[in-house]
Amino acid sequence: MSTTISNVKPRPGDPAITPALVAEHGITPFEYDKLLGLLGREPTFTELGIVSALWSEHCSYKHSRPVLKSLPTKAPYVLQGPGENAGVISVGDGWAVAFKIESHNHPSAVEPYQGAATGVGGILRDVFTMGARPIAMLNSLRFGSLDTPRVRWLVSGVVKGIGDYGNCIGVPTVAGDVMFDPAYEGNPLVNAMCVGLMREDELITAKAEGIGNPILAVGARTGRDGIHGASFASEDLSAENEAKRPRVQVGDPFTEKLLLEASLELIRSGHIVAIQDMGAAGLTSSSAEMAERGDVGVVIDVTKVPVREEGMTPYEILLSESQERMLVVAKRGHEDAAKAILRKWELQAEVIGEVIAEPVYRVVEGDRVVAEFPGSRLVTECPQYHPEARESEAIVALRARDPHAVPERAEEADAVWTLVQLLSSPTIANKRWIYRQYDSQVRTSTVVGPGGADAAVVRLRGTNKALALKTDCNSRYVYLDPRMGGRIAVAEAARNVACTGGRPMAITNCLNFGNPKKPEVFFQFREAVHGMGDACRALGTPVTGGNVSLYNENPQGAVFPTPTIGMVGLIENIDHVTRSGFRTAGDAIVLLGDCTDELGASEYLSRVHNLTIGAVPVVDLDHEKRLVDALLAAIAEGSVRSAHDVSEGGFAVALAECCMADEDHVWGAEVELAAATDVTPRSLLWGEAQGRVLVSTPTAEAVLATATAHGIAARVIGRVTKEKRLIIRAGARTLDTPLVPLSDAYFNAIPALMQRAATATA
Amino acid sequence: MKFGIVTFPGSNCDTDAIHAVTDQLGQTAFALWHRDHDTQGCDVLILPGGFAYGDALRAGAIARFSPIMQEVIAHAERGAPVIGICNGFQVLCESHLLPGALMRNAGLKFVCDWVHLRVEGSAPMYLNGYQQGQVLRLPIAHGEGRFAADDDTLDQLEQNGQVVFRYCDASGNVTDASNPNGAMRGIAGITNAAGNVIGMMPHPERAVEALLGSTDGLPLFESLLARVGA
Repeated sequence: MSTTISNVKPRPGDPAITPALVAEHGITPFEYDKLLGLLGREPTFTELGIVSALWSEHCSYKHSRPVLKSLPTKAPYVLQGPGENAGVISVGDGWAVAFKIESHNHPSAVEPYQGAATGVGGILRDVFTMGARPIAMLNSLRFGSLDTPRVRWLVSGVVKGIGDYGNCIGVPTVAGDVMFDPAYEGNPLVNAMCVGLMREDELITAKAEGIGNPILAVGARTGRDGIHGASFASEDLSAENEAKRPRVQVGDPFTEKLLLEASLELIRSGHIVAIQDMGAAGLTSSSAEMAERGDVGVVIDVTKVPVREEGMTPYEILLSESQERMLVVAKRGHEDAAKAILRKWELQAEVIGEVIAEPVYRVVEGDRVVAEFPGSRLVTECPQYHPEARESEAIVALRARDPHAVPERAEEADAVWTLVQLLSSPTIANKRWIYRQYDSQVRTSTVVGPGGADAAVVRLRGTNKALALKTDCNSRYVYLDPRMGGRIAVAEAARNVACTGGRPMAITNCLNFGNPKKPEVFFQFREAVHGMGDACRALGTPVTGGNVSLYNENPQGAVFPTPTIGMVGLIENIDHVTRSGFRTAGDAIVLLGDCTDELGASEYLSRVHNLTIGAVPVVDLDHEKRLVDALLAAIAEGSVRSAHDVSEGGFAVALAECCMADEDHVWGAEVELAAATDVTPRSLLWGEAQGRVLVSTPTAEAVLATATAHGIAARVIGRVTKEKRLIIRAGARTLDTPLVPLSDAYFNAIPALMQRAATATA
Repeated sequence: MKFGIVTFPGSNCDTDAIHAVTDQLGQTAFALWHRDHDTQGCDVLILPGGFAYGDALRAGAIARFSPIMQEVIAHAERGAPVIGICNGFQVLCESHLLPGALMRNAGLKFVCDWVHLRVEGSAPMYLNGYQQGQVLRLPIAHGEGRFAADDDTLDQLEQNGQVVFRYCDASGNVTDASNPNGAMRGIAGITNAAGNVIGMMPHPERAVEALLGSTDGLPLFESLLARVGA
């Protein structure tokens, strides 16, 4: 392959480069000028396609990168931070954990089954291309109201898509979070997280190296599906998007399973130097990014790429997002050995290019050069934007409204009515209808699966350790106060992980926001990221990577800003695994943390009053850090029987959940929240004050002493009872009810809603 | 004792079976690749769960034609133990080593959950470690687990004591509510007439450690060890 400067010429039949064609590719006049400067000439049609993909928001992070740089990314145990396919941390004993979260929002909005399935496939590849075997999947979902048939259709399709893919490939789906709010109408969020395990010395990166090394396309053939998927993900959703269903890729988990096994075998064989998923923007993105990381040039011959159909143009081959494909850089002379491994797994592999010394990114079609860019500048000189940020005055006004001024509804005279409303809110209600469709146990390492604790627990076979895994984000908080909401998202994930006995280690994040060119949206983005950064620094949980999904809008406006946190915690001793539900009658119930008079931004206001208003509860990050330490110390002492954090729905919901975490063994509880404070009963029962955890214990003194030693307020508020009855005395108000109506509401709400018809048209 | 774990490219419970056999039972296990004809002298063959060849057509429909299945059939015909779990059960039915078929779940959804099973039937090779009528708690995880056969076959299975596990409630009652997939007569597991080939939708290999929630799968393997000799 030639190393002389080549002459790029348009292919016969290529459309002329006109301002309209440039605009159609999502390239602004400013960006086009930049491209002309970079090339010193007019681009070919093929080059225009390449640039439109690489400079799409999805691939380039052009609006988000400057803000993301503010996040903390380092800790002694971080082996790989942001910038690779996935982040990697050490968990001791020579073991390392690779993990990442990614969105597949826009594809799922128009084709929920394939959209969600291919989202799972993509994040799996990101993890196993680091050399790690995937051991767990999580997913964070956001939908509009389940009252509409369209949303039920989306929920059914997304859940089936996630299930079918993960179940087939044999990676357990162990945890997640789901929230329903009209803000997500028309633009659901589907965020999938994958966690993988490897030996530290098996870590491999996607860095092209070694002049003369061959580049191989591996796996499925390249077809015409998913062309411009990355660009599709970088624009607002509209009614016209229905017509973009062909841009959604089609997944094949069976091929992925073969690819997984073959990739891990390849990596361990020593025959290859780098491997990368052909994900968004397919061959273009994977090859250009690999070259940039390795600071080398590459040449790709599109005629060597195995294709599904005749007559595909270079443009189509480069931009296809056909699934289950990988790009591999093999060691020179080892191509055949690598191919033999792939053949064992019935996979095709062809040499399609070569690493070259000349710093160019060159695409040839046989003898013809169809695209050529000066080296890695294509990736590094992507335009970056610092958009205007201005808080929406409407949101400022919503936040300023006093929730205490909202009059109670007549039914609220009976607090049990309110509690039933909250427990049957799909955001709070039991999610078994969803997670029963996921194989959560395959690989026989799931110690605590969905619903059993505040985070999932997956043991590390061969050690005495386990991982605690959770996704979280209360986006209503982020909407009303992005800085505080960003902090809470991280703090809540940490609390959940600590409740299971895990030390929070690191996070990956999936930043789902609206159109960044709107100052109100960019304000949310910037503030939420800064809030996350505040919490990550305070809690010692660096960010090891993630994904940004912008333009999550529907004709009504942007979705709730949703910076989903995927947290990995480490349980040092498997005996410390702690569940959320009560386990023994007579145990004392201890409340860690304080009840404050904060009712704003609550699920109560949303569910009972249809209001998203008020100040977001204040999270004290120093308190959260001490709370995590206190919990872990108490758990290590062996004095904690169960632990559950107080979150959506407030205290009464949390306590009810502790009573019925295990449907086959329901407990009662009798508690008193002292009325010595000036906190209103409404805030006591339904407020979402942060930094609180409910612990049940046979040895309350030990828990109180440990909490006090860590500077955490703690008091015994009542006992677990054998009688299946919930009694809460909250100041002047008493809630007293048998558990049955509560568990009916909690377990039946989602199945009852999903039984109604689901259709693609609203 | 030597266990052979038949591994198709889409098997995904193969390592779980290997761990159960080696870590929990202290026996040796060999992965038997689908393209091979060699069972490496294994005493017991396990067909694990998964999606053998992707199962796009019908679970287990392609797997029956693989080279290793000829050896599995020969092994079974010699009266030696063969265990099919989940997808492995589907493959055994497709291969006619067991009667009946496994259809889409009645609810049309994949179901992963804990179920109760009532032990019955007469297959001492697998059941000696259990009491007749004992209620077990085992996990299921499948989309095509609704056992179906014609009435004559079902009657015959019952008369011969070939129905070994039925879905039931915690007290051992076989009810519609306790049947997770609509299986005919609540059937979760059967054997062949000779009692050496067993197929079941629930996962005994997932229930061999208290840490993971149940050890009710252990006696199945232990019965085999006692019978065939460790």
